[in-house]
Amino acid sequence: MNPRVLRWLLPLVLAALLLAGWQTLHHSLSPSRRFLLPSLPQLAEAFRVHGPALLLAARHTALAALGGFALAAFVAAGASLLLASSNLVRATLYPYLMGLQMVPIIIIAPILILWVGPGAPSVILVTFLITFFPLVVNTTQGLLSVDRAHLDLFRMGRAARWQELLLLRAPAALPYFFTGLRISAILAPIGALTADYLVGTSSGGRLGLGMSALLFSARNEIPALYATALVGCVLGFALVAAVSGLSWLVLHRWHDSYSPGDSDK
Amino acid sequence: MAAATPSLPSVTPPPPAIRLREVSKRFDASATPVLAPLDLEIAAGEFVAVLGPSGCGKSTLLRLLSGLSEPASGHITIDGHPPAQGDDLAYVFQDATLLPWLDVGANVETLLRLRRVPAAERGRRRDAALALVGLADRARAYPRQLSGGQKMRVSLARALATEPRVLLLDEPFGALDEMTRDRLGEELLAIHARQRWTAVFVTHSVAEAVFLATRILVLAPRPGRLAHDLRVDLPYPRNHDTRRDPAYLRLVADVSGRLRAVDPAAA
Repeated sequence: MNPRVLRWLLPLVLAALLLAGWQTLHHSLSPSRRFLLPSLPQLAEAFRVHGPALLLAARHTALAALGGFALAAFVAAGASLLLASSNLVRATLYPYLMGLQMVPIIIIAPILILWVGPGAPSVILVTFLITFFPLVVNTTQGLLSVDRAHLDLFRMGRAARWQELLLLRAPAALPYFFTGLRISAILAPIGALTADYLVGTSSGGRLGLGMSALLFSARNEIPALYATALVGCVLGFALVAAVSGLSWLVLHRWHDSYSPGDSDK
Repeated sequence: MAAATPSLPSVTPPPPAIRLREVSKRFDASATPVLAPLDLEIAAGEFVAVLGPSGCGKSTLLRLLSGLSEPASGHITIDGHPPAQGDDLAYVFQDATLLPWLDVGANVETLLRLRRVPAAERGRRRDAALALVGLADRARAYPRQLSGGQKMRVSLARALATEPRVLLLDEPFGALDEMTRDRLGEELLAIHARQRWTAVFVTHSVAEAVFLATRILVLAPRPGRLAHDLRVDLPYPRNHDTRRDPAYLRLVADVSGRLRAVDPAAA
C-alpha cells in the first residue's frame, strides 16, 4: 500500500481499536462498577454539559502553563549562558538548580500562595519550577558541546568571548534548547494543572482544569472527571505541537534532524 | 633564483614572511619533544609543502605558526609580528569546519564579521572569494546541501575573504577523492598565481606536495625535525600536463624515497 496513505490510516485504525476496546471494557465490568469507566456516550454527554466550562478552565490553565513555560525558557536561556561561562560558576550553582527540581511542590504549595499570591501567580510559579530544570540542563549542555574545530576557527579569527558565545555557542546550542523545550512542553500543562489543583483554590473565580477536577471529584461526576483529563491531554499535545512547529521553523534548514534524506523519522 | 647572478651588497632581499628561531615544542616535559629546535625562513609568496610521517610534528608546526599553540622555546614572527597578533593569517582546516546554521555566503563572511568589517565590504569580499572558488551561485545554499569538495571550496573562500598574506593549510584535501583533490589543487595554484600569498601546506601526499609547492620540507619524527629542504623547479603554470611531465615524476619518486628513509615505520 502507498506508504503515505498508510501513515494516515494506521493511526486512525489504532484510534478506532482503542475506542472499541474502551467501550468493551466498560461493558465487561459488573454493572455496579461501570461508573469507574464511563461509556463513550456518557463521556460525550459530559462534554456536552460541561464543555463550555471546561473550555474556559482550559484557557485559564493554558495561559498559566504558557506563562510559566515562557518564563522558564527565558530564565533558562540566561542562566545557561551564565553556567556555560565557567566551570567554577557551574560547580557552584548546579547543586542549587538541581535542588530547585527536587523541591516537593505539594509540600511548599501553601507557602508559594503566601509568597506570590493565590491564583495565576502561584500556578505560573509552580509551572516555572517544574519546567525550568530540563531547559537549563539541555541548553547548558548545548553551549558546552561545541565542535573543537569550530572553536579553533573562532580562536584563529581572534574572536572575543562574547562573539564566541553569541555567534558560535548560542546557535550550536539551539537544537539542545529545543530538546529542553519539548520535554518542558510536556511538563508545563501537567505542572499548571497540578498547581491549579493544589493552589488554585483561592483563585477567586478563575477556575482552572485542576480546580475543575477537584470539584467534579467532590461531586462524584466521574464522566466529567474523565473529560477534564482528556482536555488536559489535548492541552499538552497542543503545546508540544506548537514547540515542534517552532523547532521546525528555526532548525529545518540546517539541522541534521530535519535532513531531507530520511523522511522515515 | 639563479645561483650565478652576483648579488650586489646594496640590494637587501625582502624580509622573510615567516621566520622561526630555535622553535621547539613539547607536550610533556619528560617525553621526546614533538618538535626539536627548528630554524626556518619562508619568503613572501613561497608555496611550501610540509611532508613527513605521522608524529613528525607537521600539524604542530602549523598550529605554532597560526598562534593556536605556543612554542616551548624560541620565537616565531610572521611579517615581523608574533603569529597571535597579526591579522594577515588565515587557516584552512582538515575538515571544512563550516557552521551548519549559516548559509554559504554567511560562512564566508564569518571571519570578517569577527573582525567587524563593515557589511558592504564584507559583501564585496564574500562575492569575490566565492567567485574565486567557483561557487558564486551557491551563496544561499546550506552546508549540508554541498558535496565534500564544495564544502572545502567554501572553507577556502572563507580564508581567502580575509585577504591573507599567509595561508596555512592543514591537509585540506585529505578527505576528498583523488579527482576532486587534483582539481582543487590546480585551482588553488591558479588563485595563488594571482594573489601571491605565502602558503604553508601540510599534506600526506608526495604527488600533491610536488605538484603544488615551490619548496618541500620533509620532516623526520621523534623528535620532529627538518630532514630535507627541497626546491621544486617545475615550470608554471602547472596543470594536468604537469602530472605527466618526466621531471615531475622524477621528483615524486625522489621525494618519496627521502620520505621513506626518514620514516622508521616504513623501514
